[in-house]
Amino acid sequence: MSDLKSIVREKLRDGADAFLCLKNEEGTVLPALITDADSPDLELVEVGDSRYPLGKILIDLLREYPDKRFAVLVRGCDERALVELSKLEQVDLERLVLVGVACSAEEAAACGCLRPYPSDIALGEKVEAAPGREVIDEVESLSDAERMAWWREQFSRCIKCYGCRNICPMCFCKDCALEEPHLVEPGVIPPDFPSFHIIRALDMTGRCIDCGLCEEACPAGIPLRSLYRKMQDIMEDKLEYRAGESAEERSPLSFLGSEQDIEKLEE
Amino acid sequence: MAENGSEMNYRLVPSTCVYCGTGCGVLLEVTGDRLSGTLPQKDHPVSKGALCIKGWSVHEFVYSERRLTKPMVRSGEVLVETDWEAALAAVADGLSAARDKHGPDSVGFFASARCTNEENYLLQKLARAVVGTNNVDHCARL
Repeated sequence: MSDLKSIVREKLRDGADAFLCLKNEEGTVLPALITDADSPDLELVEVGDSRYPLGKILIDLLREYPDKRFAVLVRGCDERALVELSKLEQVDLERLVLVGVACSAEEAAACGCLRPYPSDIALGEKVEAAPGREVIDEVESLSDAERMAWWREQFSRCIKCYGCRNICPMCFCKDCALEEPHLVEPGVIPPDFPSFHIIRALDMTGRCIDCGLCEEACPAGIPLRSLYRKMQDIMEDKLEYRAGESAEERSPLSFLGSEQDIEKLEE
Repeated sequence: MAENGSEMNYRLVPSTCVYCGTGCGVLLEVTGDRLSGTLPQKDHPVSKGALCIKGWSVHEFVYSERRLTKPMVRSGEVLVETDWEAALAAVADGLSAARDKHGPDSVGFFASARCTNEENYLLQKLARAVVGTNNVDHCARL
């Protein structure tokens, strides 16, 4: 296995016009775009501990530089994001070279996603981790009324920063329902319960790739990830679809389904 | 979209949100030669990867069409574009007249979150040492 520096250099010499990775900038590891195989920045590249929405950054870069090819460092979640974004026609996988990094056992355990590694691993060792279910189990032990009260208390802390949407690699719409005054009243904090959070949760259904960046960005510590995880579990259970898993199969919510699909949902 | 042949560039400039005294860590995104967005700095000791809506929008005023880029002096009901020499002379005359007639505490200084720390320091220095008032305030306190 080679180190990240040699991989970046190799990909840049091998046809990629730029490499989106992370580099250490005076002690802080940040996303960086490296365009030259001889750049002194190659000495600074590292995977780091912090995750950034590289897929979201790539959407903009692919549009800004429409004739360029990009290599990109991907964890399992980044790969799932790019796969789903490709089906939603936001990125062109043909113009991307994915360089996979597996999350460490510690990272995987702390994060709790179903697949803490990409399909092709260039760096790190693949580890499996138990999916994070603590919050879901806690909520499911409650009665319906108690659940409502539980979520109401959680969302009462929302300061409507839009951080969950802004950091989300799967949120790319130019016009966002959460900024429509007839759906979300301007100037009201916390936003209306439960409509604000239901709008976002529904938009995440069949789309959320469980990276957890929303929850990490939430200044109020609202367990958003568990809400969206539960939505994805329902999607898999009822419609046999999990976002980011297959490059071909599209989300059943992104096209007009059959009567049978609707019957399945009603079961 | 970038001009043909222009060099590819995307970088993040670590900075501190200017909007209040908390000091959250922001990363200003630069695409090409344009300030294109803001991300939270994930390992920042103060904000730990979270921002409020002001921090997330901190880049927006830079290219705002409502931003004043030239000095203006009010003439009757309308603002008239002028040069810095004339604008500063109008400010000095106005402040001196108010202070001489009503005393230094008749004047107040309102600093700005969109200025640097050093510029704000100079403004309070002007207020206290030159005009002689402690009437200094800042939009981040409101």
